[in-house]
Amino acid sequence: MIVSIASGKGGTGKTLVATSLALAVSKHASIQILDCDVEEPNANLFVRAPIESAEPVYIPTPQIDADKCSHCGRCAEVCAYHAIAVISDKVLVFPELCHGCGACSYLCPESAIVEANRQVGVVEIGYRGNLELIQGRLDIGEPMPTPVIRKVKTYADRQKDVVIDVAPGTSCPVVEAVKGSDYSILVTEPTPFGLNDLSLAVEMTRDLGIPCGVIINRASLSRDNLIEEYCRESEIPVLLKIPFDRDIATLYSKGIPLVERETRWRNAFLDLFDALKRGQLYVAYNA
Amino acid sequence: MNEIVIISGKGGTGKTSIAASFAAIGESKVLADCDVDASDLHLVLFPTVVDKGEFWSGKKARIEEGKCNECGLCQELCRFGAIRDFKVDHLSCEGCGFCFHACPAGAIVMEDVLSGYWFVSETRYGPLVHARLIPGEENSGKLVALVRQKAKALAEEKALKYIVTDGPPGIGCPVISSLSGAAMALLVAEPTMSGVSDLERAVGVCNHFGIPAAVCINKYDLNEEIGREIERYCSQRGIELVGKLPFDEAFVEAISKGVPVAEYSKGSIRNEIERIWETIATRVKKQ
Ligand code: SF4
Ligand code: SF4
Ligand code: SF4
Ligand code: SF4
Repeated sequence: MIVSIASGKGGTGKTLVATSLALAVSKHASIQILDCDVEEPNANLFVRAPIESAEPVYIPTPQIDADKCSHCGRCAEVCAYHAIAVISDKVLVFPELCHGCGACSYLCPESAIVEANRQVGVVEIGYRGNLELIQGRLDIGEPMPTPVIRKVKTYADRQKDVVIDVAPGTSCPVVEAVKGSDYSILVTEPTPFGLNDLSLAVEMTRDLGIPCGVIINRASLSRDNLIEEYCRESEIPVLLKIPFDRDIATLYSKGIPLVERETRWRNAFLDLFDALKRGQLYVAYNA
Repeated sequence: MNEIVIISGKGGTGKTSIAASFAAIGESKVLADCDVDASDLHLVLFPTVVDKGEFWSGKKARIEEGKCNECGLCQELCRFGAIRDFKVDHLSCEGCGFCFHACPAGAIVMEDVLSGYWFVSETRYGPLVHARLIPGEENSGKLVALVRQKAKALAEEKALKYIVTDGPPGIGCPVISSLSGAAMALLVAEPTMSGVSDLERAVGVCNHFGIPAAVCINKYDLNEEIGREIERYCSQRGIELVGKLPFDEAFVEAISKGVPVAEYSKGSIRNEIERIWETIATRVKKQ
C-alpha cells in the first residue's frame, strides 16, 4: 500500500507523521519511506538511516554541433520553454530553462544536436533495520524539483508498504509526488490558515481520485472544532490528533522521533496504519 | 524599489504572521502574497478585491480522435509518460509540444491552460496583490512574477516606499522567482534540526542569486541550543540576525482571531517585530 503524507500548508508536521508511521511499522515489517520533499528533504533527520548509495538525477540538455548547424532556427521555434535562442550565426542554450523534452534534438533537420546529461539533484538510499529510506535532493539554484521526485518514485516497491513525504502546497511537484498513491493523509493544524490550506489539499486529492483522511497536529480542544466541522461536512475522516504540546515540539526540534520515546504513540501510528490497510478508513483515533 | 521578501525554506515557521505584522506596523507599502499555491495572508488582512484577472499559462496537448491514425509515435517520444492509449493525461503533460511537432497526421493540438487567478485588493493596511494557483497546476513561478510585477506597478503609481512580500516555501522555481531582483530577503528560521538545514538551503539560494539576506529566529526558546547554533551560523556567514521571537500561543491565537500577531499582542512580541521592521527598513533604504 502506498500512503502519501501531504499538507497544503508547510510546517504542519508532515514529516513528523511520515517518519512516525514508517518507524512504527518498521518495528514489525519492512517498509519504504520516500522523501519527495526534495527542496527540503528532512525525513532522515528523524529516521537516521546511514546512506549507502547515491544516484545523480540528470536532465538531458541539448548541445549544438557548430559544424553541422545551419542556423535554421527550428530548435528555438519548437522549444516551449525558450531554452534555445538562435541569433544570426549562433545558437544559445539556457540549461536551467530546459525540461529535457528531447524535441529539439529529434526535430533538428541537420542532426546537429546531441544531448548531454546535466545534474539537477541526487537520490540517496539508506537502510535502518526493516526500513528503507529513499530521499531526493534538489541542487541549490535549480528551479525544477519534478525530475528528482520522479526519480525517487521509480524506487517505490508496490509489493511493500510505502510512505511518501510530500512537499507542502498543491502545485505540480506535489501532484507528481501524490500521484499513484492508494491513500493520502493530509496533516493540518486547527487555525484558519490550516483550514484554508487543507481545503486546497482536499481539492487536489479529489482531482486525483485518491481517498484521504486528516491528522490534526497541534490539536487543542478549544480550536479543533474548526477542522472537525469541515471534515464532517466534506465526509473526510479525522484519523488522529496530536496535541499542542511543548514536549512534543521539543522532541521534534531535536530530531527525536515521538514513536521511539513513547509506546502509546507507536501503537497509535501502528493501529492507524493497520486500519488503513484493512480499508477501515473512517475510524477515528485518539491516543 | 525597496522590496523585502520573507521566506523560510521550510513552511510553517511564522512567515505569514510576520508579513501580516509588517503590514500592520510598516508605513507606505504594498503587500504581495507570493505563496500562490497556499496563500494565507488574506485570512488576516480581509482584502476587498478591486481588480482581478485570469492567469493563463502554458499549454497541454490533446489528441483529436478523428485525425489520429494510432501510429504510436507520440507515445514513444513523450518523455513524461503522458500519452497512453492515444490519450493525453493532463496531469502528466508538461506541455513541451514534442508530440505536436512530431505527429505525422497533424492530430495533436496544444491548448492554453487556465492556471490561476490574480487579485489586487484594498486592506486596512494598504493595497495587497495576491493570487491563487489552481491546485495541481504548473508555472507557479510565472504567477509569482506576475504578482510582483503588479505590486511594483502599484507602488510606483501610489508612490509607496516598500513592497512587503510573503514568499513561498521551498527553494525551487516559485522561490527563485520571488527573489530575483529583490532588495533583501528576510529568512524566518525555527530552532529545530530541520529548521537549520532548511535555513542553510534558503541562504544558499539567496547567495546563488546575490540577494542580501537577514535572519529572524522564531520560537527561539523551543530549543535554545539549536537557537545558539543558528546565531553562530549567521555570524560566521556574516548574515545579520535581526531579531528573535518566542514560542508563544499568541501567534496561533492571533491567526484564529484573524489579526496580525503584532496587533493582537501589544507587549514584547509587538516591540520585537517593530524593532525587526525598523532594522530591515533602514537597511534596504541605505542600499
Ligand atoms: S535546429 Fe539544428 S540546424 Fe537548426 S538552428 Fe537548431 S541546431 Fe542549428
Ligand atoms: S530538450 Fe526540450 S526543453 Fe530542452 S532545449 Fe530542447 S526543446 Fe527545449
Ligand atoms: S503521433 Fe499522431 S497519429 Fe500517431 S498516435 Fe500520436 S496522435 Fe495519433
Ligand atoms: S506536450 Fe510533451 S509532455 Fe505533453 S503529451 Fe506531448 S510530448 Fe508529452
